[in-house]
Amino acid sequence: MRALCKSVANGAQSLAILQDIGLEVMPGEAVAIVGASGSGKSTLLGLLAGLDVPSSGTVALAGQDLFALDEDGRAALRAKLLGFVFQSFQLLPSLNALENVMLPLELAKAADAAGPAEAMLRRVGLGERLQHYPKTLSGGEQQRVALARAFVMQPQLLLADEPTGNLDAATGADVIDLLFELNAERGTTLILVTHDNVLAQRCSRVVRLAGGKVVTG
Amino acid sequence: MRLALTLLWRDWRAGELRVLAIALVLAVASVTSVGFFADRLQQALTSEAHQLLGGDVVLVADHAFPLKIRDEIVTRGLQLAESMSFTSMARTASEAQLVAVKAVSAGYPLRGKLRIATAAGGADAETETLPAAGELWVDERMAGVFAIGIGDRLELGNSTFKVSAILTLEPDRGTSFFNFAPRLLMRLDDVAATGLVQNGSRISYSILAAGERSAAEAFEKVIAPQLGRGENLQSLTHARPEIRGTLERAAQFVNLAALLAVILAAVAIALGTRYYIKRHLDGYAVMRCLGATQAQLLALLLREFALLGVIASAFGALCGYAGQAVIVWLIADLMKVPLPAPSLLPALQGCAVGIVLLLGFALPPLLQLKDVPALRVLRRELGPARQSSLFAYAIGLAAFAGLVIWQAGEVRLGAVVFGGFCAAFAVFGVVAWSALKVLGRSTGASGLIWRFGLANLGRRAGANTVQVLSLAIGLTTILLLTFTRGDLLATWQAKLPPDAPNRFIVNIQPDQRTAVEAFFTGNGIAQPEIYPMVRGRYVEFNGQPVNAGGFDDRARRMVEREFNLSYLQSLPAHNVLTAGRAFNADDARHGALSVEEGIARTLGWQLGDVLTWQVAGENFKAEIVNLRKLDWDSMRVNFFVIATPALLEKAATSFITSFHLPAEKAALTQQLSKRFPNLTVVDMGALLKQAQDLVAQVVRAVQFIFMFAVGSGVLVLYAALLATRDERVREAAVMRALGASRRQVLASQRAEFAVLGLLAGLLAAAGATAIGWLIAQKVFQFPYQINHWVWLVGPLLGLGCLGVNLRAAARAVLNTPPLAALRDA
Repeated sequence: MRALCKSVANGAQSLAILQDIGLEVMPGEAVAIVGASGSGKSTLLGLLAGLDVPSSGTVALAGQDLFALDEDGRAALRAKLLGFVFQSFQLLPSLNALENVMLPLELAKAADAAGPAEAMLRRVGLGERLQHYPKTLSGGEQQRVALARAFVMQPQLLLADEPTGNLDAATGADVIDLLFELNAERGTTLILVTHDNVLAQRCSRVVRLAGGKVVTG
Repeated sequence: MRLALTLLWRDWRAGELRVLAIALVLAVASVTSVGFFADRLQQALTSEAHQLLGGDVVLVADHAFPLKIRDEIVTRGLQLAESMSFTSMARTASEAQLVAVKAVSAGYPLRGKLRIATAAGGADAETETLPAAGELWVDERMAGVFAIGIGDRLELGNSTFKVSAILTLEPDRGTSFFNFAPRLLMRLDDVAATGLVQNGSRISYSILAAGERSAAEAFEKVIAPQLGRGENLQSLTHARPEIRGTLERAAQFVNLAALLAVILAAVAIALGTRYYIKRHLDGYAVMRCLGATQAQLLALLLREFALLGVIASAFGALCGYAGQAVIVWLIADLMKVPLPAPSLLPALQGCAVGIVLLLGFALPPLLQLKDVPALRVLRRELGPARQSSLFAYAIGLAAFAGLVIWQAGEVRLGAVVFGGFCAAFAVFGVVAWSALKVLGRSTGASGLIWRFGLANLGRRAGANTVQVLSLAIGLTTILLLTFTRGDLLATWQAKLPPDAPNRFIVNIQPDQRTAVEAFFTGNGIAQPEIYPMVRGRYVEFNGQPVNAGGFDDRARRMVEREFNLSYLQSLPAHNVLTAGRAFNADDARHGALSVEEGIARTLGWQLGDVLTWQVAGENFKAEIVNLRKLDWDSMRVNFFVIATPALLEKAATSFITSFHLPAEKAALTQQLSKRFPNLTVVDMGALLKQAQDLVAQVVRAVQFIFMFAVGSGVLVLYAALLATRDERVREAAVMRALGASRRQVLASQRAEFAVLGLLAGLLAAAGATAIGWLIAQKVFQFPYQINHWVWLVGPLLGLGCLGVNLRAAARAVLNTPPLAALRDA
């Protein structure tokens, strides 16, 4: 990403959330973006995923300029390259664990969605929970389903937004172990937003944001 | 498509689509149950035109046909049969009753078959025969009324007959689709001996012809232009317009009643859709995040809801099919002919209604889902740009207006009904909304619980208004059909003085007049006024021949049949002169006419116009010198046209009277019939009761249709509750976190629901009273007695309905742990 800026109108004034962010992430690298609340971490993640557009600057994903594409073009690119893990899991409550993991495959019109989804759930240790609905799963189990959903598409880049934010320390550690295992197995590039320093230290590089600017990285 | 089906199944399983699906099923069932019923009726009427005429070409007249018509039929090689129909008194040793008589010649019926049984309720079979001379066949109803069976004797006029079969089906009974009197069938040759055919008798003569199609058509073509006044042609192409018209209007009315369920279902669908959107914003954001394009999401949404529409509508049509069977069962006594199986068309129309509802009320807001920003996965507060609801539902309203006009069958009526719906919604809506706002601001309420409950009324004014509105409309229909209907009938009946005439006697011959008068005095009955009656045709208006084609349907029928004219020196006391002068000596010499103001309006008569009448082949003319107003509810003898005696007294006259027969002297009817067999005594009380039974059956059918509306109303309540449930749960969580007990939380909810229920009930009571008043004033023209019970029953019903709702709400609110509710927020 190059010279990335994002500001929002706040009354008559303009409030800068991100200022002149430049960052290059190599394939296979694991990068943690840390910073205090309001430092712009989540905004940066949204821009990296093409979920939002910057005020100025560019993001290139596997050589493709994200903001040269329209919204649907970015969506297609996300489908092809990206996986997501969220703080609040974002599982669809009306779908069971298996169906949640099948969803991205189904959206991509994969010929067989159930097979890979089931295999992935077994991989994250939920082979016995295929037909369970999110509300009957514990927080840790829900985040494992989310991990399975993220990895089932074999993404090149995984974006994780506070993946342990809603979990207790022990469960969070289990989920993070699993995340790094899967990451290593598949050679996925990882960008992880967190304010947990211990978690950040497990990444190969830590980028610290403060006041919308990169302070170390 | 597979994914759409999967999503539909998953949403259904999760209960997200329940409100939408049930609303669709109710709306489609309501429309199709009426549609299927109307379709069967329509088919019955059409097949009646073929089979139930009893012949290929049937001529009907109120006088005997000239012989040359019979010759014409025979020379064309067609078969010929004849019949006469009239009403008369039939007697056993203990009973005298008005019955419908059909006398037929050999060969009847030319088309279709008679069916008879050997006992009432027994198995019946087709027959080729007719009653033998001196015998009668009676229908089941008659067998019941007289408690007679085969072999029993029955007197008719001067003759005595033996009952030899129970008649279960006449092919041309379609002419009496709604039939009051018990029926009997006899031989035409036996009629003369009864002495029942006399001057002034109202008899319908029919000639039936059947044979080669070409010969029948040729005969129809030749005879049609030769038909005189009062002569009618019925054939395959000339079905009976008056029956058709009445039934079609009835079906149209019930159709519109069915739309009430549709509009309430539309509200439920709109609310259910909002709830669906709220629940699915996150899911759609995730799908966009996972790389779904807008076009992909749009296609998914469209397919999922198209599937929902088709499946729910098809199920609704099935329910409608069951519903029409209930309607047929409810009015079984009314339908004298078996109905054919319905066609598929109403099901298709019902499905069209379902699709229109979905397209109009669910789809516009649903389309927002595809616009949900993917960033919502990171920032929950983001949602799609909100459309104004006016714009979102403009399509739905337009679609609904189209639906109403389609069901009404004409633009004007459709527009009036749609306007009525809108006005009722607007008035109820504005009143409910204002009341909620005012109550919400009332700080005088004592205690925290009430204050909190009442404040919620105003804060959720939108959702609450919808609840009150829907419930009020459902309750209004219930109150109207129970209390108001009964009140109107009771008021009307109370208007009649206790000694109002309850019997009419027609067909008194001039030589019987003195004897009949003596019969009254001899039996201690006040001597009633006996009026002369002459049958005459209206032939010229101010010297110009009357052209029946220039009138509308109702007026044309009046002009085409014979009028009952009377002649009197001075007008009856119960007639009120509204224009012109009473008959004077000059009028008595030259002849003059007095006419009823209503018929004068219908036929375009004014004071000073000269009318020409034909009585027994001779014409006379006279000027209208006054207009009269009549009280038709008075149960007295009334005439449209009264002439001065000089004009008519030489014509063949019969006499008519009405009198009050006290209940304890009811047996006199039988004596009177025995003494004067040709007299027809009409029991108005019995007729009125039959009419009321008929109305009661129709009302039951309408009530059944309104059940769908009430069902939809309850569904709206549920949908509105769902829409506010998350908010309620969160509030309750906050209250409980702050230390409120379950009882306190429940009490504040109870306060809110109690006010909503009371308000809806009061609105319904006001609505039912207003509509009752309108009907009393405009239709029946009498002062309306307000029924105070509606003010109690309405609010109680409202409380009851919302009480059910309260239980559901309370369960959700109290069963959600406060922490879970707060964390979700």
